[in-house]
Amino acid sequence: MSLYYLQKVLYDLNRSEEAQANFRKDGDDFLTSYTLTDEEIGAILKPDIGLLYVLGVNGQILMHYAAFHQIEWDDYLKSMREGIEEHGQVRDGVYTMTGSGKNFTASTEAKSNKSEVNQ
Amino acid sequence: MSLVYAGVCSHAPGITGRAERADPVVRDEFYRNLEIMRQDIIDSGAEALVVVAAEHFANFFMNNMPAFCIGMGEEYEGPIEDPEWLKIEKTKIPGASDLSKRIITEVMQTVDTAFAEEWKFDHGIIVPLHFLTPNYDLPIIPVNINCQGPPLTPLHRAWDFGEALRRACDSVPEKIAIVGTGGISHWPATPDSGKIDEAWDLDFLERFKNNDKEAMLSYTDAETYDDAGQGGFEIRTFIAIAAAARGAKANVHFYAPIPIFAVGCTCAKFEL
Ligand SMILES: [Fe+2]
Repeated sequence: MSLYYLQKVLYDLNRSEEAQANFRKDGDDFLTSYTLTDEEIGAILKPDIGLLYVLGVNGQILMHYAAFHQIEWDDYLKSMREGIEEHGQVRDGVYTMTGSGKNFTASTEAKSNKSEVNQ
Repeated sequence: MSLVYAGVCSHAPGITGRAERADPVVRDEFYRNLEIMRQDIIDSGAEALVVVAAEHFANFFMNNMPAFCIGMGEEYEGPIEDPEWLKIEKTKIPGASDLSKRIITEVMQTVDTAFAEEWKFDHGIIVPLHFLTPNYDLPIIPVNINCQGPPLTPLHRAWDFGEALRRACDSVPEKIAIVGTGGISHWPATPDSGKIDEAWDLDFLERFKNNDKEAMLSYTDAETYDDAGQGGFEIRTFIAIAAAARGAKANVHFYAPIPIFAVGCTCAKFEL
């Protein structure tokens, strides 16, 4: 319905272990108390990080939500880039991608640990 | 004088969460400088630590977003983030409710701050605490400036808030340390994460270390967004500490871009 409520769900989930437990128990039921479109509900439940990013969810809220789902850092960044490829540029908010999809960390990481950490 | 230490440091979640992916030489030098801050705070005799942060929707949301908030709880908790992701265990952090109350009362003489007896720390506070008071045995007074949900707190109001915090610290008998935490240029939590404009950072830090109020307050949010990213909005925390330092100059004892930490990592101390 609106970016406000979409972000509100994730805000509530990110900060409350009780909300997280309820969400894990029955995601659909948890979301009934928020005013959301089917697209938004689908993106939250999947979770479709790329679509949530394109819909304008603030990166800080989205990053914490991805961490809640145990999504690794590189996968989180990749999901956002894929979301833009599939759905176009971020539609709202101040967390748009400005770097044309470039990876800003790959060349600077410790060689011994590059890329495969946390896999 | 009851403000005994004033400094700033970075707070990005990668500093702990992605530690093993950074160049170990630069990372360890950064950690060594955070350790210097920890020791300086101990040596100052501080009885409480005020952390001026730019939180990321752990407590405040667009249903009721304060420009400023000061914690007044007996204890706090954090991090809100998945502990394995942040690599910091969930814990309780002692507050200083009576001291908070006196500080808030004085700040309110000039600045309309919100206050909160509940506060969940996110990486913006818990990452600095992990280094500055790793045993969580120093009472904390969390403070927030809205750097996240526009309309943001204007820079000159962050300055006025810093001045009010200083006046409040000086009005109580306790020895108080104050640390601002935030990034300079960065594009955190976006696909551009790791992008850092070192020249922009060094230019800001020049203004900061000289405590050049006019130069620090001259940025518009549009300029900051274009040149330093949404993460650049967090200069508000540095500006508040500069104001609290009341004209003192800062020693920036560490600065280095660490892309996997997503920010130009910084440690600085004001010569009060
Ligand atoms: Fe931040």
